[in-house]
Amino acid sequence: MSQASAHVSLRGVTKTFPSAAGGELHALGPVDLDLRRGEFLAVVGPSGCGKSTLLELIAGLSPPTAGTIEFEGRRIAGDIPDGIGVVFQEDACFPWLSVEANVAFGLRKSAIEPAAKTKRVREVIELMGLTDFAKSYPAQLSGGMRQRVCIARTLVKEPRLILLDEPFGALDQQTRLLMGDEVLKLWRQTGATVFLITHALDEAAMLADRIAVMSARPGRLIDAVETNWPRERDSRIVERPEFGVITARLWKSLREESLKTIGRAK
Amino acid sequence: MSANALKGVRNAAMLIAGLLVAWQALYWFVGDAALRPPLATFRYTLNLVTSEAFWPHLSETMRAFAVALAIAVSVGLATGFWLGSHKLSSQVFEPMLVAVYSIPKITLYPILLLAFGLGMPAKIAFGAIHGIVPVALFTINAVRNVRPILIKTGRVHGLSATEMVRAVLFPAALPEIFTGFRVGFSLTLIGTLLGEMFAAQRGLGYLLMTAIGLHNVDLIMAVTLLLITFAAAVSSVLLAIDRRLHRRI
Repeated sequence: MSQASAHVSLRGVTKTFPSAAGGELHALGPVDLDLRRGEFLAVVGPSGCGKSTLLELIAGLSPPTAGTIEFEGRRIAGDIPDGIGVVFQEDACFPWLSVEANVAFGLRKSAIEPAAKTKRVREVIELMGLTDFAKSYPAQLSGGMRQRVCIARTLVKEPRLILLDEPFGALDQQTRLLMGDEVLKLWRQTGATVFLITHALDEAAMLADRIAVMSARPGRLIDAVETNWPRERDSRIVERPEFGVITARLWKSLREESLKTIGRAK
Repeated sequence: MSANALKGVRNAAMLIAGLLVAWQALYWFVGDAALRPPLATFRYTLNLVTSEAFWPHLSETMRAFAVALAIAVSVGLATGFWLGSHKLSSQVFEPMLVAVYSIPKITLYPILLLAFGLGMPAKIAFGAIHGIVPVALFTINAVRNVRPILIKTGRVHGLSATEMVRAVLFPAALPEIFTGFRVGFSLTLIGTLLGEMFAAQRGLGYLLMTAIGLHNVDLIMAVTLLLITFAAAVSSVLLAIDRRLHRRI
C-alpha cells in the first residue's frame, strides 16, 4: 500500500523526552506504520513501551521529535486535527456537567446549528444506551457508564479516526467483553478507522483486524498479526481455535520484551 | 430530599432555641451590667433599625464591606489562577502568601491608616487584606488539583487557552474556589469591622466602640445581634451552596 492511500501514515516517528538526570530519554521509535481507511488496528506492548506516547502523537497532543505523521494526507505536528476523536483510560467525564451536556461538549467547536446539535446528541446518547441517564451527573453513574459517556462525547463529533487509549483498562473483565462488542458495533456503523492501544492480548485479538506488537522502550514495531476476522463479529469469536492461535502468536512476540521491562528498574 | 430539608430546618430551629436559652441563662448569671436579656435586646434592636440615625452607619459598613469583598475576591482569584497554573511563580510566591496569612493583620493597621488616612479607604484596605490571601490560597490549590485528564480532554476538543479556563479549569475548580470565597467572606467582614472599631467616624464597628465608651449595653447588644444574624444567615446560605457544589465530585 502506498503512503498516499493510507488513512494515517507514520514515517520514522520518534519521541524523546528530557530525563530527570538531565539527559534524554528515548521513548519511542523509529516507527513506520500505515492505517487503512476503516481498519481496526490494535497496538500491544509491554508496559512503559511508549504505546500511549504513540497515541498522543497521532492525536496531535504533542509533536514527534523526528519523522512525520499524516492524517488524510495532511501533516500532524502538535496541532489537534479535525476528524480525530480520543477516548482515554481514565475517567474523563466533566463532573459538573450532566450526561447530556458532557456529550454536547463534543460539539463545542462544530459549526452545526443548535437544533441539529440537540438532535445528534440525543441520537448518540440513545446509541450508547444512556437515554435514561441523560439528566444524571457522572458521580451518579458506574465506571462503565461513565466510559460510555466519554465514548458518546467522542462519537458525537463523528470522527473519521477514533483513538482508544486502553479505554476498558479500568473496567472488570465481563464489562470489558461487553464494551468490546459495542465498540465493534460502533466501528461497523460509523465506518471509522480505529486505533486501539491495549496491554490485554485477548482484547487485541478479539477486536482488531490487525495487531501491531511493540518492543520494550524505546518502542518499535516488531511484529504485525492479521486476524482475518469477518467484519461482522462479536466477543463470541473467543471460542474459535484461531483466537488461541493469535493470542499465542502475540505472546510469543511479546514474552522477551515483557521480561526486559520487568528486569529494568523504573 | 424534602425530608432532609425538613430535618435541616428543625435542627436550625433547635440550635437557635438553645442559643436563646443559653443567652437568657447567662444574663441571669452576669446581670444588667454586662448583658441584656433576649427579649429586651430584640425590642431595642427593632427601635434601632427603625431610627433614622442608624441607617448611615449600616450603609457605610455595607459599602466598605462590599468593596473590600469585591477586591479580595478579584485579586485573590487572579492571584490564585496565576500561581495555580504557573509552577515557578507559585514556588516563589506561595511561601510568602502563607507567611502573610499568619501575620496578625491588626499590626499592619497603623501603617494602613497612615497610608490611606481616616475613613473609607483604610477600612476597605483592611477588610480586603484579610480576604485576599485565603481566596488566593484556596484558588491555587483548586486550580492545581484539576485532574490533568480533564485538561487533556479539553485539548483534544481543540479548546483555546481562554476557553480552557472558562469551560474546564474554572468549573472544575469551582467547588474549592467557593470554599475559599466562604472563608474570605467571613474574614473580610471581620477585617472591615475591626477597621471601623478604630479610627473611624461612621459604621457599625464605630457604633459598637462608641457604645462601649458610653457603657450603652443596649446598643452593644443590638449591634452585636445584627452582625451575628447577618453573618450567620449569609454563612449558612454559602455553606449550603458549597455542599451542593461538592456533591457532584
